[in-house]
Amino acid sequence: METLITLLVGVLVAVGVYLLLAKEMLRIILGTAILSHAIHLLILTMGGLKKGDVPLLQEGAAQYTDALPQALILTAIVISFGVTAFLLVLSYRVYQESGRGPGLRGPRDE
Amino acid sequence: MNNLLVLPMILPVLVGVILVFIKPYIRLQRLISVLTTIASAAIAAYCLERIHRTGIMRLDFGDWLPPHGILFVGDSFAVLLVLVACVVSSIILLYAFATTGLEAETMFFYPFFLFLLAGVNGSFLTGDLFNLFVCFEVMLLASYVLLTLGGRKTQLKEGITYVLINVLASWFFLLGIAYLYGALGTLNMAHIAVRVAEVGQGPLLSLIGIIFLLVFSLKAGLLLYFWLPGSYSAPPTAVAALFGALLTKVGIYALYRMFTLIFVHDPLIYKMIGVLAVVTMVGGCLGAIAYSDIRQIVSYNVIISVGFVLTGLAIATTTSFQGASYYLIHDMVSKALLFLLVGTVVYLTGRSKVNEISGLIRNYPLVGWLFFLAMLAIAGIPPLSGFIGKVYMGLGAIETGSYVLLAVAFLSSIGVLYSLLRIFLNSFWGETTISEDDQKPFKKAIGLPLVLLAVLNVGMGVGAELLAPYIQDVANTLADPQQYIQAVLDEDVK
Repeated sequence: METLITLLVGVLVAVGVYLLLAKEMLRIILGTAILSHAIHLLILTMGGLKKGDVPLLQEGAAQYTDALPQALILTAIVISFGVTAFLLVLSYRVYQESGRGPGLRGPRDE
Repeated sequence: MNNLLVLPMILPVLVGVILVFIKPYIRLQRLISVLTTIASAAIAAYCLERIHRTGIMRLDFGDWLPPHGILFVGDSFAVLLVLVACVVSSIILLYAFATTGLEAETMFFYPFFLFLLAGVNGSFLTGDLFNLFVCFEVMLLASYVLLTLGGRKTQLKEGITYVLINVLASWFFLLGIAYLYGALGTLNMAHIAVRVAEVGQGPLLSLIGIIFLLVFSLKAGLLLYFWLPGSYSAPPTAVAALFGALLTKVGIYALYRMFTLIFVHDPLIYKMIGVLAVVTMVGGCLGAIAYSDIRQIVSYNVIISVGFVLTGLAIATTTSFQGASYYLIHDMVSKALLFLLVGTVVYLTGRSKVNEISGLIRNYPLVGWLFFLAMLAIAGIPPLSGFIGKVYMGLGAIETGSYVLLAVAFLSSIGVLYSLLRIFLNSFWGETTISEDDQKPFKKAIGLPLVLLAVLNVGMGVGAELLAPYIQDVANTLADPQQYIQAVLDEDVK
């Protein structure tokens, strides 16, 4: 299972990098969003995937799932959500100001 | 009493949130924000004195004992930087009062200023790697807003680059955290250090160390500084000064923390940092000499000093740490002063090219002489604050026989001096081009923060003796990671 998810992370990173290298602002922003999803999956995988029980911890519990990566991802998701929203607004503002992306190809050139 | 440790971070956050609600009352916002930064500075000063007397402070949130909970660790290094950051940002705030337009002020300039300070202070104080990431993001998000607030074309353009670069750096930061958590199963920095020492720093852990080196190099502008000159010369002066004084310093702090506490077992990494520092100083000097836009020149000066401070990390002896910490706090004050002066010149003349400005010292003697003073301080002329840091750095380099680093570090001072002298000779001396009638009035409110920073600068040089015990603390904790680890972890934790 871990191997499979790691491969998926690899694919997502590849897609993200491809989009980042594109010329359109919207694609670049989507690229950063996909990259951040890839890293969230990686953190989850690094904590070990399913280990057979709930993440609640009692004294001497034999089996439990590590809850920490989930907490980390939750925080990271919120942050990447905020940054993506900011980037979208910023690029819209740039578009308004200049009618095109910053030195990039905008819809009007199509 | 350890609860005090959280205040330099939580106070700006809370006050920033309150300021959002009193949007129309600009005067009140100004008053409250400057009081907040001064209060944070006072708390940091008290903590610094306490740490000097009783040792490293620690605050476990919710009483979760380390390594299980998130905690703040106040060692002298962190708290000293918090103190200087708060003092410098209070003075920059005074400048912002006089120069920030009403438009930006009503659009939440002060809340974001405080959020940025909160992120910076949090990054210095936290003892948990993931929390460091979060504090970095708080700081960065605030800086994105401050950089683009006002929405001039250059600001937006540089803003996009700056945000994308930092999103990518944050991605690598998370990558490093994920790998480290997978390898060691902990995020508490002291606990990570213990485990790294236990299992030995093999190739895998060194690789993770290099990922962190990459991340923090991007933030600090060590070698990966291509984004820096553009985004530091785009925003309004007060914001540029804040960036120049604080932002790269957080990256430098993180590098010091990582490679004096956690990844300390591989000499190769220190060699790499040494090479990076040398290349950074050479590149910074070339940039500072090549450009003729004064804002660009000053931004490249930031890069040179990043290289200089990290020379101390590459040498890694108690003496070089002393030099680096002296130089680091000097640099925060001097870069703030330099950015404010250059911004003032651009504001007064409306031009930014070296050869388009002339004879300013006749029109504005105060600005001219303060620039002269700042130049001497940054070049390291004795009674001023840059000198003592350079001396200790040199001593450290000689102790370990790192003569290449020594030579480049001191030659870079000449580069700094040359680049700033060029501004001084061209723009301040020579025939004056502004007649007395056309001359823009020089507001006292602009002069005050400049003078305060200059006084601080001279004070730190003349009063180096007063600072010495604290700097000694800093160097000792950096040179001996066991002190930090023992303060955080009780003995039975493994």
